[in-house]
Amino acid sequence: MAVIRDVMPAFDLLQPDSAADAQKLLEQYGEDAWVMAGGLDSFDWLKDRIKKPKVLVDLSGVEELKGIRATSDGVEIGAMTTLTEIANHPAIQRDYSVLAQAVELVASPQIRNQGTLGGNVSQDARCWYYRGGWPCYRAGGNICYADTPVGRNREHAIFGANRCVAVHPSDSAPALIVLDAKFVMQTPKGEREVDAEDYFVGPELDITRLNILKPGDLLTAIRIPAKWAGAKFYFEKVRDRNVWDFPLMNVASAMKLEGGTISDIRIAVNAVAPKPMRLRAAEDAARGKPANADTGEMAGKLAVVGAVPLQFNGYKIPLMRNLVKRAIVGAQEAA
Amino acid sequence: MRFITWATSPWGQSVPTHIVWGLIWVAVIAGLFFMIVHSLYLIVVKPPKRFAERTAEVNAAGIPERVPRHSLAARLFHWIMAASMLTLLFTAFLPKVGIQFNWVLYHWIAGCVLTVSILYHIVHASFFLDFWSIWPDKTDLRDAMNRVRRFFGKEAPSPSKFAKYPLENKLYHGAIMLTGLAVMVTGLFMMKRVQTGIFTRNPYLFSDMTWGLMYVLHGLAGVGLIALVMVHVYMGIRPEKLPITKSMIFGWMSRDFYLEEHDTGRWAVKAPASKTKEGYAASDGD
Repeated sequence: MAVIRDVMPAFDLLQPDSAADAQKLLEQYGEDAWVMAGGLDSFDWLKDRIKKPKVLVDLSGVEELKGIRATSDGVEIGAMTTLTEIANHPAIQRDYSVLAQAVELVASPQIRNQGTLGGNVSQDARCWYYRGGWPCYRAGGNICYADTPVGRNREHAIFGANRCVAVHPSDSAPALIVLDAKFVMQTPKGEREVDAEDYFVGPELDITRLNILKPGDLLTAIRIPAKWAGAKFYFEKVRDRNVWDFPLMNVASAMKLEGGTISDIRIAVNAVAPKPMRLRAAEDAARGKPANADTGEMAGKLAVVGAVPLQFNGYKIPLMRNLVKRAIVGAQEAA
Repeated sequence: MRFITWATSPWGQSVPTHIVWGLIWVAVIAGLFFMIVHSLYLIVVKPPKRFAERTAEVNAAGIPERVPRHSLAARLFHWIMAASMLTLLFTAFLPKVGIQFNWVLYHWIAGCVLTVSILYHIVHASFFLDFWSIWPDKTDLRDAMNRVRRFFGKEAPSPSKFAKYPLENKLYHGAIMLTGLAVMVTGLFMMKRVQTGIFTRNPYLFSDMTWGLMYVLHGLAGVGLIALVMVHVYMGIRPEKLPITKSMIFGWMSRDFYLEEHDTGRWAVKAPASKTKEGYAASDGD
């Protein structure tokens, strides 16, 4: 079996050198095409022979999708920019440190050297029943193996479950949401830009995808406006193995303070639902209040209202409550 | 062509998962095909209405101007069932053709409404209406044979006028009953697989094979209902059928239509107790 699982199924490898060509190829081959960024998610699927595309569109040769550029209103990060480059970029570290922190906590250095921002936000769910090739809802079947009385669901959703209980695994996604980033896509109908939180979809809308990309669509860049540049940021990721793992949960916040009072705030968490969650109720409640433990406590309690734990992930509720608290007052003050 | 999608269960068993969604278009095309062929037949062939004359005298004066056909309760059932059925069809199949929304929630709620309305209808029709009026009887079968023989140019007696329901209505009722019960029963079990707040989820209630067959039956009955509903709506808006459709809205049909289409012996309408336009029928209100 090991040999079989290491040998990818045959496909035509297409290596465009421009975003326009890449988009055209994706449009031409539609459902038969597989788009590959850093390859870290793709090679899992292909080597396990679970996904068998007819053509693979490799974006590694598309230079225009790489790099970080200053714009009149912030920065634009090419979808193929590596996580290492983002983590080390001076402008990102200075103005949008929440993103630098988030991407620096993704997996391992080797993976960050290869992994891209576009790939990180567009990666597929890590539910092992789904990744194992079982015919679950997300794979086109009619059951969720994780949401059963004996299902292994320690890592799964406490919000937004709708037949499927897999969570979104991205670390960069909540950071981009609190920065009010815009995702830029090339589609058969032209360029399309959406808010970061609107890029992700839950199973209630489409159980087979985690984002709005459809066959023929290509994520080209992520634009971060200057609005939140230099704000007080917080990012924390909780995982089983601190050297290299997907998040059990992560939280990102961006806060503007006026004399110790929160004048504006955005908070987002991930790995609690099938898509990254922006905590609007907690934001509304915290706005206008001092950035202290009481406000953090209140925001944390509000954040978990409506959570529905599965058999083995009840721990996520206090975890989320405390992470949100820390996102407002910081780790030391919250302790 | 494959009609069913298959998958390998964690135990290595090949199990069906659901129907191939292309069958949606097969059902739509079948419905359209029926409409076109039926319309052309009526336009080109122009079959004359030829019913056998009743030998007994019909006392038209004793029949109210407005012949009651469906009681308010029966009409409410029909339209509630229609609304829930259309909701079920749209919520089931629109996402499959690319229109995305939170369909599961609306689908199971509409399914519950349909189930309650069908249960009500079963009790209502069994104990408060003329239960047998919607089932084909010997006269229907004999007339059907005669109509077929006459269609092919053979000698056969003219068919009788209809009882309360034409044979086509009765057959349609039978088809919609079978498909409706199939989607209802399978749908109720399938609610055990999603979060509804009504049942405790238990996806292991049946084996993967049984579940798969249940999903397939639900899907087949569902796409069958697409064609059946299309045909029903088409018939409902045909000019010659409008009096029947109106009776499902207002509850009555005109005396002229009643006398023209229906056999007063097979569907007797009593004389009104007083002279009003409403009529006081012996109609069973179904």
